[in-house]
Amino acid sequence: MSGQAKLSEKLPEKSIGRLPFAAPLGGALARLGLGPRALVIAIPTVWLLVFFLIPFVVVAKISLSEVAIARPPYLPLWEWQDGILSLSLNFGNYLFLASDPLYYSAFLESLTIAGFSTLFALLIGYPMAYMIARAPGGMRNILLMLVILPFWSSFLLRVYAWIGILKTNGVINHALMSIGLIDEPIVMMQTDFAVYVGIVYTYLPFMILPLYANLVKLDETLLEAASDLGAGSFTTFLTVTLPLSLPGIFAGSLLVFIPAVGEFVIPALLGGPDTLMIGKVLWNEFFSNRDWPVASAVAIAMLFVLVIPVMLLQKAQQSDGGHS
Amino acid sequence: MSEQASITESKPPESKPWIDDTQQPFIRIRNITKKFGEFIAVNNVSLDIYRGELFCLLGGSGCGKSTLLRMLSGFETPTSGAIEIDGQDMAGLAPHARPTNMMFQSYALFPHMSVEKNIAYGLHRDGLKRKEVNQRVSEILTLVQLSDFAKRKPSQLSGGQRQRVALARALVKKPKVLLLDEPLAALDKKLREETQFELVNIQETLGVTFIVVTHDQEEAMTLSTRIGVMNAGEIVQIGEPREIYEYPGSRFVADFIGSVNVFEGQVTEEDTDFVIIRSPEIKADIFVSHGVSCTSNQKVAYAIRPEKIRMSLERPKGVKNLLSGTVEEIAYMGNLSVYQVKLATGKIVRVTQPNLVRTDQNSITWEDEVSLTWDGAAGVVLTS
Repeated sequence: MSGQAKLSEKLPEKSIGRLPFAAPLGGALARLGLGPRALVIAIPTVWLLVFFLIPFVVVAKISLSEVAIARPPYLPLWEWQDGILSLSLNFGNYLFLASDPLYYSAFLESLTIAGFSTLFALLIGYPMAYMIARAPGGMRNILLMLVILPFWSSFLLRVYAWIGILKTNGVINHALMSIGLIDEPIVMMQTDFAVYVGIVYTYLPFMILPLYANLVKLDETLLEAASDLGAGSFTTFLTVTLPLSLPGIFAGSLLVFIPAVGEFVIPALLGGPDTLMIGKVLWNEFFSNRDWPVASAVAIAMLFVLVIPVMLLQKAQQSDGGHS
Repeated sequence: MSEQASITESKPPESKPWIDDTQQPFIRIRNITKKFGEFIAVNNVSLDIYRGELFCLLGGSGCGKSTLLRMLSGFETPTSGAIEIDGQDMAGLAPHARPTNMMFQSYALFPHMSVEKNIAYGLHRDGLKRKEVNQRVSEILTLVQLSDFAKRKPSQLSGGQRQRVALARALVKKPKVLLLDEPLAALDKKLREETQFELVNIQETLGVTFIVVTHDQEEAMTLSTRIGVMNAGEIVQIGEPREIYEYPGSRFVADFIGSVNVFEGQVTEEDTDFVIIRSPEIKADIFVSHGVSCTSNQKVAYAIRPEKIRMSLERPKGVKNLLSGTVEEIAYMGNLSVYQVKLATGKIVRVTQPNLVRTDQNSITWEDEVSLTWDGAAGVVLTS
């Protein structure tokens, strides 16, 4: 038994060694103290470095510079002249964000819309995820397919489709008027309502999938045990299913909330002039005002507004739930 | 098997309500059948269990024992038949409305609750006052010796501790009947043996009726007041551990409980106080020193346990049941050794011998010619 286990442990190393192209590369890396394990970790590390950390540093740098009519439209952070290195950090962009109530209210509205959208997505997504997780095997795959199906068509196309559904002479108003429920069309386009519909619709799968992944693991004997100990089905849900699905709720909510805060396309297409979301403000600063430093400062501020509470929540969850 | 002492054996006869006609059964199972589609999981089972019993349902996997237990707990609805507990018909009662509690094979402890909260869960559902809940939880924690672990999560406990939490959680509600699904299966052998005794002690202390489902015959022998052996959805024999072991009613039971040598044969002589069976398999006549309800010339099987056969190098004289053969295999088990003796006919006979001395001098070894003999009352004549 132990002999077999040892054999299988050694196998991967051997098989890597046998690959003709991997052998010289592996040998060179091994001399540098990098095994196959380091190689595997290196790929995502490099990816994050190139496509996340470096752009982040660039944006952070721009946010500390001064706007200028130039190309690119900001002044460099440091200058080297006559043997003197002069570094000028301009925090004015951040001070400007703090002083102008526009940004404050845009942040607030973004967080509000994203927060309520997340809540709606949770209320709609939880029962769906639960039902899929409890469905019999074959049916489960079909239902999961249906959840993922919208991704097969373009996101923009689907948002435009909502315009067709929600507009004054759109599908809903037509249907309601033809059955005589209303006499005049309801204005739905260019309202917050349309923005909510768009965001909840778009991000619902991101709520359902992590919830499903969590709920499908739920041990059904726990529900039986609760029932055996005297709990009705609602009490069982509140005391067993819900607390055990908190990691799924948390993951799904983050996946909906974070992109929803920075959402630009949906409020731009479905929302009205009153819908002031931070993504739209950022777009305006960047393209209309050509004020890259302020746009960058908005982006950095948004990042901190999002990342800090998420990190705190995650920490709280780690210290609280060692069970999962 | 031979070294297994049944804990319940020493019980005085008055605590055997099943032999007392005036006693009313506590649980009546009447003609219960459960079908899953075409498959019959439990087939027309009737069973009486008495108050304070520790009843084991014993059988291999898929024999229907767990389904029967789940019908008692209310997780499965019988296709037909009735279950009555303490005079109350269980039909249509949901699990939470039944006077039973279940201890699950996987323990099914709530991973997000501490030991304390797990145990208090059922009491809170009954709407008890916090003070009473706390008191009962601490009482039961003392009983299962887990008072120091009240604040721990199940993931921070060992397998044996989790098992005790599961037991405590089911017992704290003071059910009329406690149903245990393979309660010791997840423990290692040493711990299982200790826990068996603990389980019996707790059961005797509280006087709750236990119904245990197990596939482990040793566990069933050790724990139970009575055993119901199940096969293919039916109960094939009910009896005290000794009865089941010494007087198996069928070849299945003889084979399932412990190990056994079966000799096929035919009754040649039959009288009120003895029977002689001619077995071509061993080329000998078997003398049975008591009457058997059978007819002459009837085909029967003679079952004899390995530990009831005496083995010697010298040929004993003047004995009735005598075979000779050569030792083919020896398995040393510590407390005893198992010998496989091959007869001239090719039939293999299993014999066990206690290892009375520590050296292996003068003992029987491979290729030795040995004589096997047994008492007239040592085996069982099986007609089915």
